[in-house]
Amino acid sequence: MAIFSVYVVNKAGGLIYQLDSYAPRAEAEKTFSYPLDLLLKLHDERVLVAFGQRDGIRVGHAVLAINGMDVNGKYTADGKEVLEYLGNPANYPVSIRFGRPRLTSNEKLMLASMFHSLFAIGSQLSPEQGSSGIEMLETDTFKLHCYQTLTGIKFVVLADPRQAGIDSLLRKIYEIYSDFALKNPFYSLEMPIRCELFDQNLKLALEVAEKAGTFGPGS
Amino acid sequence: MGSQWLFTLTYGALVTQLCKDYENDEDVNKQLDKMGYNIGVRLIEDFLARSNVGRCHDFRETADVIAKVAFKMYLGITPSITNWSPAGDEFSLILENNPLVDFVELPDNHSSLIYSNLLCGVLRGALEMVQMAVEAKFVQDTLKGDGVTEIRMRFIRRIEDNLPAGEE
Repeated sequence: MAIFSVYVVNKAGGLIYQLDSYAPRAEAEKTFSYPLDLLLKLHDERVLVAFGQRDGIRVGHAVLAINGMDVNGKYTADGKEVLEYLGNPANYPVSIRFGRPRLTSNEKLMLASMFHSLFAIGSQLSPEQGSSGIEMLETDTFKLHCYQTLTGIKFVVLADPRQAGIDSLLRKIYEIYSDFALKNPFYSLEMPIRCELFDQNLKLALEVAEKAGTFGPGS
Repeated sequence: MGSQWLFTLTYGALVTQLCKDYENDEDVNKQLDKMGYNIGVRLIEDFLARSNVGRCHDFRETADVIAKVAFKMYLGITPSITNWSPAGDEFSLILENNPLVDFVELPDNHSSLIYSNLLCGVLRGALEMVQMAVEAKFVQDTLKGDGVTEIRMRFIRRIEDNLPAGEE
C-alpha cells in the first residue's frame, strides 16, 4: 500500500474526514515469563516500552494486546490495570503483543488543526503574495501532499515517497468530495463526512492511483 | 433534450408549490433566493473541481468566468456581459433564452414573482464561497414582457474574515 492516509480539513482547520489505508505496522507478539525483561511505563493513557529491546520489540512500542485480547489504553480487556497485571508473577507466562501505537482520533484532530496553522504560517512566510501554501512535506518514510481549494478546504494525502501522481489524485479527491459529499443534501457543509459513497469512491480512487503511480523497487 | 425537460418541469413544480405554501410573491422570491444560495455554496466546489479556473483577480475576470464557463457548464447557455458601471463594480448578464422558463407564462396574480430568482441565490452563494459578497437581481424578465432577461450583478465587498491561508 503506497498511499498511507487521506485527511480532509475544513475551512476552520477542523478534520472532517480521515482514512488510513496501510497494512498494520510491524507488530511483535511474544510469550514472557516473570520477571519481564522490558521496562514498561505509563504515558498518555498507554503502556509503552521505556527500555529494553528484543525480537522486534522497540523502545516506544505500546502494549497492544495481552494473551490475544486487545488492551484498552492502560487497562486490559477485562478492566484491570496493565502495569499491575504484569507486575504480578501469578499471571505469567503471558503473551504480549507490542507495536507502534496508532494515533487516536483525538490526536488526529489535533494534528490536523496544527497542520492548518502551519499551513497558514507557511503562506505568511512567503516572500510573495498569493502563495499556494504548503504543497508538500517530505520525510524519509513518507511524503505529505496538500491541496487547498479556492474555498479554503484542504485535501491532504500521505504517501510513499516514490509514489507519483498524487497531484492528480488530490484533484480527483476534490471531485469526489464535490460529488458524494456536497451533492448529498443530507450532508452539512464543514461537518464530518459520513457518506458511504464518498468512502467507497475514495478507496477506489486510491487503488487506481496506486496502480498508476510509479513504485520503487521491491514494492 | 430529455433531462432538460425534466429539469424545467421540476423547477416549475418547485415554484408553484412555494406559491401555494407562502401565498405571497415576496416570500416566494425570498425562499427561491435562499434555496439558490444553498445550491450555490455547494455548486462552487463542483465548478472549481471540474473547470480548473484559478482565482479571479478582478470583477471583470469574474464576469467572464461566470458567463462563459459557469453558465455554459450548468445551463448550456452563454449570456453576454454588458452595461459595465464606470467603477467596474456592476455589470449585466443578458440571457437571450432562459432554460428555466421554456414553457412558462406568468399569470396576472403573480406579477411580482421573480420566477428564476433561484439563479440569483446561486450566484450569491457561489461567489460568497470565494470571498466575494455580491448582489444579483433580475432587472428585465422575458416573463414580464421584456425582450431579454437581464441579471444585474453588483460587487459589494471582498469578504475578509476566514480567508484561506495565502489569500491575504
